[in-house]
Amino acid sequence: MSAVAWPRPGRALPGRWRPGRAAAWGLAAAVPLAFLGVFFALPVVGLVARGFWTDGALDLSGFADVMSRPHTWRVIGITLGQATVGTAVAVVLGVPGAHLLYRTRFRGQGLLRGLVAVPFVLPTVVVGVAFRSVLGGNGPLAFLGWDGTFAGVVAALVFFNYTVVVRTVGAFWAGLDPRTEQAARALGASPARAFWSVTLPALAPGIASAASIVFLFCATAFGVVLVLGGVGYGTVETEIWVQTTQFLDLRAAAVLSVVQLVVVTAALWVAGHARRRREQALTRVPEAVPPLALRGPQAKAGDRWAAGVTGAVIVVLLGLPMASLVVRSLHTRDGWGLGNYAALDRRGFGLGASGWEAAATSLRVAVDATLIAVVVAGLVALIASRRPRTRGLRRAVGALDAVVMLPLGVSAVTVGFGILITLNRPFGLDLDLRASPMLLPIAQAVVAVPLVVRTVLPVLRAIDTRLHEAAAVLGASPFRVLRHVDWPVAARSLGLAVGLAFAVSLGEFGATSFLVRPESPTLPVLIYRLIGRPGADNLGTAMAASVLLAGLTAVVMALAERLRGTQGSDV
Amino acid sequence: MSGDLAVRDLVVLYRDDDGSVATAVDHLDLDVATGEVVALLGPSGSGKSSLLRAVAGLEPAAAGRITWDGEDLAGVPAHRRGFGLMFQDGQLFGHRDVAGNVAFGLQMQRVPARERAERTRELLDLVGLAGFAHRAVSTLSGGERQRVALARSLAPRPRLLLLDEPLSALDRALRERLADEVREALVATGTTALFVTHDHDEAFAVADRIAVMDLGRLLQVDTPPRLWQSPATRRVAEFLGYEAFVADDGGPVARALAAGVARDGGGAPLLAVGPASLEVADDGPLVATVRAAGFRRGVVELAADVEGVGEVTLVERTAGRSGAGDLPRPGTSLRLRPVAGGVARVG
Repeated sequence: MSAVAWPRPGRALPGRWRPGRAAAWGLAAAVPLAFLGVFFALPVVGLVARGFWTDGALDLSGFADVMSRPHTWRVIGITLGQATVGTAVAVVLGVPGAHLLYRTRFRGQGLLRGLVAVPFVLPTVVVGVAFRSVLGGNGPLAFLGWDGTFAGVVAALVFFNYTVVVRTVGAFWAGLDPRTEQAARALGASPARAFWSVTLPALAPGIASAASIVFLFCATAFGVVLVLGGVGYGTVETEIWVQTTQFLDLRAAAVLSVVQLVVVTAALWVAGHARRRREQALTRVPEAVPPLALRGPQAKAGDRWAAGVTGAVIVVLLGLPMASLVVRSLHTRDGWGLGNYAALDRRGFGLGASGWEAAATSLRVAVDATLIAVVVAGLVALIASRRPRTRGLRRAVGALDAVVMLPLGVSAVTVGFGILITLNRPFGLDLDLRASPMLLPIAQAVVAVPLVVRTVLPVLRAIDTRLHEAAAVLGASPFRVLRHVDWPVAARSLGLAVGLAFAVSLGEFGATSFLVRPESPTLPVLIYRLIGRPGADNLGTAMAASVLLAGLTAVVMALAERLRGTQGSDV
Repeated sequence: MSGDLAVRDLVVLYRDDDGSVATAVDHLDLDVATGEVVALLGPSGSGKSSLLRAVAGLEPAAAGRITWDGEDLAGVPAHRRGFGLMFQDGQLFGHRDVAGNVAFGLQMQRVPARERAERTRELLDLVGLAGFAHRAVSTLSGGERQRVALARSLAPRPRLLLLDEPLSALDRALRERLADEVREALVATGTTALFVTHDHDEAFAVADRIAVMDLGRLLQVDTPPRLWQSPATRRVAEFLGYEAFVADDGGPVARALAAGVARDGGGAPLLAVGPASLEVADDGPLVATVRAAGFRRGVVELAADVEGVGEVTLVERTAGRSGAGDLPRPGTSLRLRPVAGGVARVG
């Protein structure tokens, strides 16, 4: 009766151990581990060790010395204060945004969501320059006197991280069952009461998860602080940079790196904890989102609040710096015009390259960095999404998931400088990797990997194990399950992952500032060199270069979103 | 394709996320003959899904053997067993349309595209979804999804089809209709099947034989009528819905009930009484007091305390009643007689 003969189960092996499969998974795990081992762990450990290793002996006196300096405590205080305030403000402003963009619907919502996401992928140096154009000199908000102050830096950090809160909390909120709030209403709670006593507590894991990530970004911010903070304003991250590049005090830098690692690990632990709770809490409810109600009998106070706050944030916090940057880039000494853009053609004295050349370098490096980051992060996400049967393997998978997040919090400056000093003779080999043109893309990939993993992993994790089983029972080998079940789903997030990696690479400044060759700077490095020089012309050119860099990033992200849109329909 | 499934002394362990281990299947034996449909009936947590997953190759056997046609399946991975599995919630591939889902197994067998399309159309016809080939699965209703899942599992002509509570996510009317359709589809394709369910009606509607499972063991394997009329143990009878048990001690109540036992060979010491066992009759030998009464689908259901038996559910026709006020009041006395073949002898 059957047209199809079943293959006899021939090459069956007794027991569950299949060497071929084990080897394949081993290889898939070895590649990212080796990559991160050589280009992240080795440099960071090497740098830190160098600070504590004097004359062939372990010397921890540096700790006591550095930690007894009042300056160190001031720096730590500023870092924690800046991160705490920045996170708090971002959450307070972001939650109404999450409601507006994810719990209501209105025309142009998609566009607004995209717009809000732009700051996150903007290069930090550009954000710094944009805020200076608003707060400094004759900027529109110069009267606040925030230029070079704590408040100015915090404003820029909120600008940068607002979208993290909106997206994380919004996605979480969209998955909450609205009937809980409706039940509270039916039991007699006012809308405000229902929000405070039911919805907000339910949102807590999402908010905690967003807050810990934002805290992490704020605590390790580099470019923004360096450009905006001015003289005498330092965080742990910039201080590591100052100590290594200006004072050549590796001991102090090593101590500060350890301090930062402790802060980062704590924040990551909180984030991981919140994420687990979130994955438990999430029960998807496919319910139609109500339309935005601002006027008429259906008007909701909550919607009005959300629209008001979000409108103000978008106009003042997000819009003003970007607009100001563009306007100032068009302003030259001789009045309005494209003079600053024309100057991108010129190689200024001591700059190493023209604006266009730097842009080309940036793009070239970004292509390589993206390729590396997507391959490494893809393998990590693939492994971390598996649910092995034995407890030991499950723990190993969990550990891998946690370890690849570390580059997110370890100072990019540490990574860059560490690579510079440890890879001249790695493992005693007579091989100077520092001369390799691949070093810069590799360092940028290290920075991008955690973000790419975080983009792809949730998508892979959301695939029901039984879907794999269904495919297996229908005759798909483990490889073909990957090919026909996981890949089509993961491919949809791949566009975004590629875009994100590209944007991170384009804007990377911390590690890049150490590893870039002086004669061929990337665009962020060129911008930093330009604003470090006196003269309105240089500042104008920096503005134009910043607009160029922001434009490049925006184009890349828009293409990435399109790539995602064409890959099949929504799940 | 012929072959028989034999499960011998099988043990399957269930590992919880916290690492604790429980025995899901406990030294179990089961045979399924070619072309036969066997239902595994048991309460949730009885280990029936674990048994099914072990047969499919998705769960390792801690001890014992599973053989197909005498050949040991140990170490044969799920994708080489040639069995089909249908999940409770379908588990359709969201990124493929209806036809893409149905054709998946054929594609895995590298069946040529033309043959694949033909077989897909044939299967969609069989499950009543002709014309749905290019619909996105997200647009389907629950019942349609399960039909697609059924077509998908049947398409590669599995040697054995395993169905894991395939209908329990659906509402009752649809469940009852689909149970008959599944039976028809299995018979029409001559598929050997093992059907897991916790719903008696579904098991009786679908299966040639029913295996009652509890706490990882099989309590009884029998054809539906024999299972209903001669439950092997009191536990099986209780699970089937029998409510009261009377020792066959030769007393008047026992003698009256024994008249309702079909093909009574005598011997077993326990008589089981359930909702379909007794009916109201003015000259009936049994006396009962009404405890509660209410309307059900097409019938009136009475909870009555039968003297010498215990509390039993009685089912009467609704016809002739005008409303709730017309139901027998609690405390009313009734006379009852056993329905022919309605009383079971346990053991």
